[in-house]
Amino acid sequence: MSSSETLGHFGPFGGRFVPEALIGALDELEAAHNSALKDPVFQKELAHLHTTYTGRPSILTEVPRFAQHAGGARILLKREDLNHTGSHKINNVLGQALLTKRMGKKRIIAETGAGQHGVASATAAALFGLECVVYMGEEDTRRQSLNVARMKLLGAQVVPVTAGSRTLKDAINEAMRDWVTNVETTHYLLGTVAGPHPFPTMVRDFHKIIGEEARAQTLELVGRLPDAVLACIGGGSNAIGIFHAFIPDKNVRLIGFEAGGDGVETGRHAATISGGTIGVLHGTRSYVLQDSNGQTVESHSISAGLDYPGVGPEHAYLNDIGRAEYRPITDAQAMEAFALLCKTEGIIPAIETAHALAGAMIVGKELGPESVLLINLSGRGDKDVQTAADYFEIPL
Amino acid sequence: MTTQLEDLFVQTRSENRAALIAYIPAGFPSQEGCKKIIAALAKAGVDAVEIGFPYSDPVMDGPTIQEASGISLANGTGAAEVFSALKSAHDVGLPALVMTYWNPIEAYGVDNFAQEMARNGGSGVITPDLTIEESEGWKSATDGAGINTVYVVALSTNDDRLARVTARCSGFVYAASLMGVTGARTTMSSGAEDLVSRIRTCSTLPVAVGLGVSTRAQAKEVAGYADGVIVGSAFIKVILEAKTETDAIAAVDVLARELVKGVREAR
Repeated sequence: MSSSETLGHFGPFGGRFVPEALIGALDELEAAHNSALKDPVFQKELAHLHTTYTGRPSILTEVPRFAQHAGGARILLKREDLNHTGSHKINNVLGQALLTKRMGKKRIIAETGAGQHGVASATAAALFGLECVVYMGEEDTRRQSLNVARMKLLGAQVVPVTAGSRTLKDAINEAMRDWVTNVETTHYLLGTVAGPHPFPTMVRDFHKIIGEEARAQTLELVGRLPDAVLACIGGGSNAIGIFHAFIPDKNVRLIGFEAGGDGVETGRHAATISGGTIGVLHGTRSYVLQDSNGQTVESHSISAGLDYPGVGPEHAYLNDIGRAEYRPITDAQAMEAFALLCKTEGIIPAIETAHALAGAMIVGKELGPESVLLINLSGRGDKDVQTAADYFEIPL
Repeated sequence: MTTQLEDLFVQTRSENRAALIAYIPAGFPSQEGCKKIIAALAKAGVDAVEIGFPYSDPVMDGPTIQEASGISLANGTGAAEVFSALKSAHDVGLPALVMTYWNPIEAYGVDNFAQEMARNGGSGVITPDLTIEESEGWKSATDGAGINTVYVVALSTNDDRLARVTARCSGFVYAASLMGVTGARTTMSSGAEDLVSRIRTCSTLPVAVGLGVSTRAQAKEVAGYADGVIVGSAFIKVILEAKTETDAIAAVDVLARELVKGVREAR
């Protein structure tokens, strides 16, 4: 670990921009995480949960019929959608819930956009007997009503947030206000690799198992490393999870696909790295969608989980040093890929994940039929059936 | 050279009383209305004013300041309007600060912001989400411009950190009286007095207490042990409740005069 990373920095990005009231809690969390990393009992407990609760390792599925639409490249899907609760989010949530117990706290709060992190948090709270409050933008509670019901069934309280754009960023604001007020008893179970240090590092550490497994599985299946690793990116947790193990493999391209909404040129998008500038949002320095006064600009995406005007600081750094590339995918491109995976492979992906699939259709054609692409299939699409039915005009 | 703010605390200490500091967002309830309210605050005997830079994601503010910030942003408030309100406070003789989340400063340019503060007669800037670890560039910018840097400390700040944060402060130390967001409270937290005495063991700077102070009785209580009393949401609340700007100014005048009495009857 470099000395700058110990302060939570990734080059000029990351750090801590928070009220002093939270510094004690962030220090406590950092210490708990660091000691847990070295504690074989903690690691054994987490590994046990992975195999007996989440269903790890998640499998690798090759998708040749889909690949015909992607230049004939070999396409491998890392099936995080098959995890308990239906996405990669459970990896981080179980880790942080164990840390919550370790710190002696009894209450967790979480923000959620698509509802996947909220559902995962509510699940972990039920499993460990913790009180759970989930903040969710009112607009998202409408888009993702099924997940709201799931959280309630799991015993969580869901608080619709009516401030601002009523989406993920406003849910984070409200969760931060709760945390400042209740920090002694409460752990803020942040769901992505953004926010103040130690969240970007800690959440990455809980998700890097995705890439570690996928790297070994790809070597076993194809006998070599993939040419490119692809993932969708909002805050960036599933992307950093699959990228991280490949960072030292200089010949493996790492490509993140941001939510291009109606197109970056229209201004209605959530493509933070492609269309944003460097700033501070939610406690960390990274790329931000903002105006000349530093006010956050509302993001737009058909996918609630990518509809966020910030991005994790490690991604900003990987972009700036040229180790990873980030490209926008429009709503229309994502929905085309969504439909294609359903019909060619019998897999309904999350609309978030469909951005990475749309990216594969482009990259596969660029790299040709000899190439191997590894995609993080970060979530399943059950929650998106209503949105997809509306989009494709399927009467319900 | 001392700032107007530093001079103020020399004066109030010599008068054996606390200073009353009012907070109002720039551009609220309108660009001109804000300036009229600042003038009314000066006339009522308020000692200094904090001009809020409205921000899209005010994670440390409760519903009252969130609403005012939203109105201000809808009125088109940006850096130019903040500096204009600051200048209006300076013009009526009030020591004036800007209180802002960090990102608007970074977007404006750290050095430019500090210089523009000084050019408009500002004494200093309160930065509630700038940690000392991230403050190197800000320190050199403000040293160069000759303005004060006010950091906010919390009940949860331990003694070791308290010493390091207050060492970065100038003008005064902002003590947040409770764990939570801005907004009026019916009772003052008992922890505030303890926090102020902990600050006194590591810093000779004046200490001003904010968060939750809204009444004359609370102002009096805090003024008994602190060098400054900061009132924000209470002013905003009476402005939001007023039907016209004229009513708002009258209501601000009434509240300000009550609070002025509160800080002056404490010792």
